[in-house]
Amino acid sequence: MNQDVYVVIEHLQGKVAEISYIMLAAARQLAQVSGGKVVGVLLGQGAQALGNGLGADSVLYVDHASLAEFNPDAYLSALSELLAERQPRTVFLGSTTIGSDIAGGLSIRLNAPLISQCQQVNAEGGRLTIVSKICGGKIMAETELPGTLTLVTMIPGGYPPEAGQGGGASIEMVAAPSLDDLRVTLSGYIEPEAADVDLEKEPFIVAVGRGIQTQDNIELAQTLADLLGGVVAGSRPIVDQGWLPTSRLVGKSGKQVKAKLYLTLGISGAPEHIEGITGSETIIAINSDPNAPIFGVAKYGVNKDLFDLIDPLIEKVQAAKG
Amino acid sequence: MNIVVIASLVPDLVEELEIGPNGTALDTAWLRMVINEFDDHAIEQAILLKEKNNAHVTVLAIDQDGIDEVLYTAAAKDANRLVKLVGEFEEGFNSHALARAFAEAIKDFAPDLILIGVQAHTNIDGAVGPLLASMLNMPYVGYISGVNLTDGAATIRKEYPGGLIGEMKVNLPAVLGIQASEQPPRYVAVSKVRQAMKTATIDEQDVAVLDQSGGLAVSRMFKPEVTGGATMITGSEDEIAAKLVDLFKEIGAL
Repeated sequence: MNQDVYVVIEHLQGKVAEISYIMLAAARQLAQVSGGKVVGVLLGQGAQALGNGLGADSVLYVDHASLAEFNPDAYLSALSELLAERQPRTVFLGSTTIGSDIAGGLSIRLNAPLISQCQQVNAEGGRLTIVSKICGGKIMAETELPGTLTLVTMIPGGYPPEAGQGGGASIEMVAAPSLDDLRVTLSGYIEPEAADVDLEKEPFIVAVGRGIQTQDNIELAQTLADLLGGVVAGSRPIVDQGWLPTSRLVGKSGKQVKAKLYLTLGISGAPEHIEGITGSETIIAINSDPNAPIFGVAKYGVNKDLFDLIDPLIEKVQAAKG
Repeated sequence: MNIVVIASLVPDLVEELEIGPNGTALDTAWLRMVINEFDDHAIEQAILLKEKNNAHVTVLAIDQDGIDEVLYTAAAKDANRLVKLVGEFEEGFNSHALARAFAEAIKDFAPDLILIGVQAHTNIDGAVGPLLASMLNMPYVGYISGVNLTDGAATIRKEYPGGLIGEMKVNLPAVLGIQASEQPPRYVAVSKVRQAMKTATIDEQDVAVLDQSGGLAVSRMFKPEVTGGATMITGSEDEIAAKLVDLFKEIGAL
């Protein structure tokens, strides 16, 4: 056991994911209190160069053909062997489509506790705690960080990614374990279909969430969007219901938007959605729940039933357009 | 082809959540529980696979207030078998304890495929699916929005950010974490659920002890400061609408 803080570097299609830098920033804060080094763990094939921009003290690089792209089975085998041998105190993984696939398996294989949904490391009063955001962003839960190997999955929001960038970390090659009997194989990627709109380039977006209640009500958002020269987007439940196509999904598994105006109707602001909208200039949120987490990230908030507000709003926007 | 789907209830986020008197857990007295929406999608995916592959679908759940209705609803959607794990659960359960209980029960079912919602919003020690897979020594892939079964393997669509899909082949038996079923969960009329209550049976299996190790005790639970963020616009609906129009103009949307 040592006090090192390991960060499993996530990358997809040759690009380091932003969450990797966020985790490095958290790891740095933790290491400054607990001692130990910040160590990036990079798995790939011919991907050593991805280690160059990381704000880590050193990078462990495992190179293998089966690690060329993310494969949960291969990652699990490679990481469990590496971590069992090195025994760092803390290991950060993304609470993402990559990290969440393997964190649980590592917890079982390494017999190590797992804390998920960490947004912030807290070091007040000499106690190291992990602050997790749960229940769709409505509840924070604080857990003491144990003194032995612990896995932590991390969500964005607590650290700016720039704080985890850097350079000059030494890169150490680590031999890959045998990865012959993998039970999962990647056949290939399917790129998103070219859609009628590219949300990432749209300046004005009216986004609807569960609060819109029915598919028919999306028409109201569409009317408003048309008047503003914008487009309609949605949160996960709306797309899962089939009320909007996947190309209109904003958030963790959808688009990261950078709108001038992002107007939300009945979106509570689950962390998965917030991930996709923080690049927007002005977020205006309309929600009937005064405690909706969306009000924590919006610039302006309206705590009203959207169905009481939408008609007068459409009328006034129409009037303003003349 | 034996498919096991795992379902559980989570607090309804539409309702106000309160923290209990000990300050380390939700106050369960007033919680309205609903099916974890991802589990609902997992059930739908299982039924779709049953229709295509003539599979046998078992729905497995742990005893929670209201879970019977979830199980009967699954039966009304054509699930073959309903199993409920019962025991003394006053102290609640974390994901590790749930996974251990499910792993023990599942051994007897000889599943080819286990489907479960990719996460639950209450998870604080990871999602149940990946834990369960490792306990059963099965492969796991999560964030799945499409499953096809072919000889001894599942071909799945895994979601990545930005709408990218990874197509993967997973050897069976396997655990898959469902993000979204290929079709939205079907609606079943209340009358069909009532019918299922009369005709379907829920098999009960005892869980002796819940082993929570691997999850850690929460030392403090609190609500995030949300009011600090937004400037709140107040007034009558008309006044608010007028202020919003001014903002739209300022931003350049009008």
